[in-house]
Parts: sequence; structure tokens; C-alpha cells
Amino acid sequence: MTDPERNADASQDVEMNQYVADRAHVNEDKIKQDDQLISEFGEYGYGWHDADSAGESAKKGISEDVVRSISADKGEPDWMLDIRLKGYQSFLDKPMPDWGVDLSGFNADDFKYYVKPLEKQAQSWEELPDDIRNTYDKLGIPEAEKNRLVSGVAAQYESEVIYNSIREDLKEQGVIFLDTDSAVKQYPELVKKYFGKVIPPDDNKFGALNTAAWSGGSFVYVPKGVHVDIPLQAYFRINTPNMGQFERTLIIADEGSYVHYVEGCTAPIYSTDSLHAAIVEIFVEPHARVRYTTVQNWSNNVYNLVTQRAYVREGATMEWIDGNIGSKATMKYPACILAEPYAKGETMSLGFAGQGQYQDTGAKMIHLAPHTSSTIVAKSIARGGGRSAYRGLVKILKGAEGSSSSVVCDALLVDEFSRSDTYPHVDVREDDVSMAHEATVSKVSEDQLFYLMSRGLEEKEAMGMIVRGFVEPISRQLPMEYALELNRLVELQMEGSVG
Amino acid sequence: MATLEIKDLYASVETKEGRKQILKGVNLTVNSNETHAIMGPNGSGKSTLAYTLAGHPKYQVDSGVALLDGEDILTMTPDERAKAGLFLAMQYPVEVPGVSMTNFLRTAKTEIDGKAPAIRQWTKDLSGAMKKLRMDAKFAQRSVNEGFSGGEKKRAEVLQLELLKPKFAVLDETDSGLDVDALRIVSEGVNRAKENTGLGIMMVTHYTRILKYIKPDIVHVFADGHFVKTGGPELADELEESGYDRYLPEGANSESALA
Repeated sequence: MTDPERNADASQDVEMNQYVADRAHVNEDKIKQDDQLISEFGEYGYGWHDADSAGESAKKGISEDVVRSISADKGEPDWMLDIRLKGYQSFLDKPMPDWGVDLSGFNADDFKYYVKPLEKQAQSWEELPDDIRNTYDKLGIPEAEKNRLVSGVAAQYESEVIYNSIREDLKEQGVIFLDTDSAVKQYPELVKKYFGKVIPPDDNKFGALNTAAWSGGSFVYVPKGVHVDIPLQAYFRINTPNMGQFERTLIIADEGSYVHYVEGCTAPIYSTDSLHAAIVEIFVEPHARVRYTTVQNWSNNVYNLVTQRAYVREGATMEWIDGNIGSKATMKYPACILAEPYAKGETMSLGFAGQGQYQDTGAKMIHLAPHTSSTIVAKSIARGGGRSAYRGLVKILKGAEGSSSSVVCDALLVDEFSRSDTYPHVDVREDDVSMAHEATVSKVSEDQLFYLMSRGLEEKEAMGMIVRGFVEPISRQLPMEYALELNRLVELQMEGSVG
Repeated sequence: MATLEIKDLYASVETKEGRKQILKGVNLTVNSNETHAIMGPNGSGKSTLAYTLAGHPKYQVDSGVALLDGEDILTMTPDERAKAGLFLAMQYPVEVPGVSMTNFLRTAKTEIDGKAPAIRQWTKDLSGAMKKLRMDAKFAQRSVNEGFSGGEKKRAEVLQLELLKPKFAVLDETDSGLDVDALRIVSEGVNRAKENTGLGIMMVTHYTRILKYIKPDIVHVFADGHFVKTGGPELADELEESGYDRYLPEGANSESALA
């Protein structure tokens, strides 16, 4: 090597070092900024983020070209592209909702619509890049799988399901559990038959956006008479800033079968917003039972605008258990279409609105057939200036005689400056029905606090006990690990609520 | 041997008409193993005394002290008072939906003792105490005071008294709303607590019938915010005969008829 060459190398090294130092400096500032945010948001325990090359290179914004390129990248059949384009058109046509949460700061062009972290799905956790694997380790997902607390796992990271597994014996019984993209390729007839049938492309603005840009989510098929004894677990993680996550889940429970699907979701804390706009469609065939549980704990910079609906046939049962603890703003009203006689629908929901949060949640029950029954239990807690609302619809159509519906919504206010509202809509077109509605708003009373404190509990602990008691009817419905998790999240939310 | 010494206690409550002083110079000394009956007409301030001692935020101390073994509990938060050894059995215990009695009792015991009770001993103590109070085992799984009958609420209060083992207990109208059998069972619980732990008792009541089951050593008449007379058990008999009228300020119209 000659000297001039060496010099050139050396000067390049200097430049490179400077560049690395600059980057490190930028990162330091970023880390400081994030730490500051984390401390401002309180005790959110999931706010870390991983290295982010896929996210950094992804473009923001939605257009027909973006929709077409998502479809092309996935190598989809034309019929799916057509559905996407219908969804996109409907998204353009529909106005922003002028009710519910504050969407004035929402701009669809602020989000990245398709972030593909890996070229292909991993066959084992070990195959994943280190920091992604660490993230799931921290979330406890591989552990739960190893200890057989779940019978299948789907891990979605940004736009893709990066790991998916199901217990061998269930697979042998014909249970299908895979990501929806793969299902389009492997089971096109099944997907074509059910996709978009209970939530059509033009259902609502954010459902339409999901239809246009969907990626990932789970496809579940449980054959006739098969009982999946232990829940299937899905975990949704956003990593990059300004992410738009649009998973699409389709569950079909054939006659007399049973399945419980549990989803959890978290994201890093950023100073800019992310969007989670999912669709969950469920078909509960005659005498089957499906339970769908959500423990939603997005960071406080995520818009969570989700459409969930089940089509419930004769003698079948659909249960939505919906825990909304996180997010900046949530609009979510799990629905049951009780389409055939003796179909049953149940929603139990919990919305916890802390500082800067707005949880607009509830349920919809549409009674189309005789002797259908529905139950809604909605609990909401507001503190630190947060806002929670129950918004519900019970519709009983002419001919749905002998149907019954019961709605109970309880709101708990922890302080003077939080807010809770109830918007119950009832539309009954049949005489021979039974309807019950009960709504309460209570404040944690001085007397309750005093009573517990006079038995030796510190104020914070007394408050925690009252709030845990309030959510107990919901947490009782969860598998134990999730009940503990929910209690822990509620406790974290309550941190600093006692001055 | 412990002592609770209330000295020159004045306390007020906020009402719609403004601040109103209810306690006007209360003086009382209670020792371990003593039972004091605090009797008086409705509205005399007996319950205010009970809640002021336990630290309910509705009541403000204007002046005075309440020394538990020399420490003024009036400057403490309610939980600190409980940890110092004071217990208030409430007339209207509040409901805490979704919190089981067993969870509540174990948490309270852990806080008061500063450590979790050994699980086997605790289970034995709990079921033993419940049995003696004629409480069904299922009771432990119910939510705190939720849907309890009047009698069940009082039993639950005495159950806590027996398990938490305070030095001093204020019983606020623990006899109200109880039938004869329940009154006996609840009284036996209080007597057991005294026997086992040397509990000092302040029993607030305006009826004399509980005194048949819980024998007072000293009887006080409380009227217009302070003690107006103190005597032995015979004072209760006298009150039974002639009522509170003579202890009321002149011109006041007593509504208290002794039952």
C-alpha cells in the first residue's frame, strides 16, 4: 500500500468517526428525549424500542399506488386487490367521524402503511434478530408458549406476523392457525368465502382503511366439534415511529367447536402518533362458542380505531372480553350479529382513561332472530383528567320475538376533573322482548377510603383495592396470567393518582 | 398496659350553614382492660367523637390531643392510627364491591402487623373467629359489606376486631339494628377480644340493653359535645329510669327516649 492511499483511508476514517460520533450524539439526544417522555407518561413498562432499519426506510402516506404495491409485494390474487381498492375508495368517500374521540390532530398521511421487518416468517424464536427476540422475551411470549399456557402463538411486529406456531395435536385435528397473508395463499376458498362478509369494505372509515392496507393478523379455523382447550395467543407490537398497523383477523368456528383467542398489544413511547386500525371478523357456526379477549396496552401516542364483529348462528355463543388500558384514543365497539334463533352474544369491557387518554368503548348487539339474547357489561374508570365513555347499541328487529338484552354500565371517577359519559342507544321493533338497562357513575368515596385506611391500608393501597374491586367482574373472566397482568396495569395506571 | 388519654378535644364539621363545632372540650382516659360506656342522646356528638379519634376527613380537630401511650394520634393519618392500635367498629360500614372479605382481612392484618401472617395460622384464626361469630364459611368469599344484612355487617366489624387485635376499640352503636341473638353473639366477640388481648373499650350507645352483655366498668354521659357525668355501672340504671333530659342544656328539647 502506498502512502497516499493510506492517507486517503485515514481521512475517510476521520470522516467516518465523525459521522458515527454525530449519529451517537443524535441518538443520545433522542434517548434523552424519549426518557423524558417516558417519565412524563408515568410508569408505562413497554416503552422501549428496537433497532429500526425497516421502519426508517418505509414511506409515509396512503394512495392507490401504495395499496397496489402492498398487494403486489404480497403476490396477492386479483380478487383481494379488488377488495383493497374498494376499501380505499370507501376510505376516501367517507367523512371523518364527528363523534367519539378527538380526531382533529389525525392525518392519514402521517403514518407508514407497510413496514416489513423480515423477509420471511421465522420458524423458531432463535431465528429472529436479537433485539426483536429480546422484545418478545421481555413480553414473556416464548415463555408462555414453552410452559404451554397457550396452544398457539402469533407474533405480529409492524406489518408482518414474524412468528406463528400451533400445538401439533391441534394441527392434526385440523385446526388452522396462521397469519392471514399466508391463509390467502394456502386457503383461498375459505378466505374468499368469509373475508369482508361481516365487515364489508365500506363499513366505516377506519374499517375501510384497514381493508385497503391490511397486513398480518390471524386466520383461525376450528373444525366441527373440536375444542381448543387452551387459548391461542396473538401479540401485536409496533416498533417504528408513525407506524400504521392494520392487522386483519378472521376466525371461523365450525359447528359445535370452541376456541378462545387472546390478543395483547404494546408499543414504544414516541412524541409522534401511531395508528392501529384493525379488523376482526368472526363467524360462529351453529352451537359453537368463541371467546375473544383483548388486553390493549398501547403507549399513549397510539390511535386505536378498531372494528370487531361476529356473526352468530343458531344456538352459538360469542363472547368479547375487551380491556382497554392504553392508547391515546380508542374507538372500539365489539359487535354481535345474532342472526339465528337462540344465538347468544356477550361483551364485557373495561376502559381505563388516564391523563391525556380518551377511551370511547362499548358494544353492539343486533338481534335478528327469535330467542336471541345479549349481555353487555361495561366498566370504565377515568382519572387524571382522562375521559371514558360507554357507547352502545342494542337493536332488536321485528320478528326477533322472545329475545332479551341486558346492559349494565358502571363508571368510576377517581378525581374531580376526569369525565365519564354514557351513550346507550336502544332500538326495539318487537313487543315480545325483555330489555334491562342499568347505568351508574360513582366516585371513589371518602367513606370507602376512610374505611379501608382505618383498617391500616395506606391511601394509595386503599385506592388500588377499590379500583381492583371495581374491575373484578372483568378480570375474573380472564385466564389467570392475564387477570394478574390486568391488575398490574390498572395499578400502574393508578400510580400518582393519590396526591 | 396501654393508655388512651383524650385531653381538651375540640372538633368541628363543615355543614351547609358553615363550620360547626361539635366536640367542646372532651376529656377521657381509658386503660387496657377497661370498658367505658359512652351514653347520650342523639345529636350529642358521640359518633363525632368516634370518627374524630379514627381520623375521618370530615371532622377537623380545633384543639386538644389524644395520646395513645404518649403519642398524639390526632396528627396521624387513619392508617397510622390503626397501626398505632386504634380500631373503630362502625355503625354503617361501607361496601367495597369486588374485594373479597378474605383478601381485605389478610391485607389489613399484613398492614397492621407489618408482615404477612403465616398462612396456616391465619387460615385457622380466620375460620375459628368466624365460627365463633356464627358466620358461614362462604362469608369470606363475599365482597366487603356488599349486600350484608345489618347483623352481618356488625359481625364482620367484630370479626375484624378479633383478628386485628387493636389496643383500643371504639364501638359506634354496635348494638343498633341487632336482634337479641345477634346482640349476644356480637357481644361475646367483643368480650373475647378483651379477654384475649386486654382491649380497652369505648362503647358508644344510647341504649342500655347492650350493657347486659358487655359489662362497663365506667359509664359516662355525653351531652352537647362533652362529658357531663361519670359514674359506675349504676349510672346506666339511673339513665334507664330517668333519661337524658336533666343533662341537656336548658331549653333543649330532647328527642331521646330510652328504649
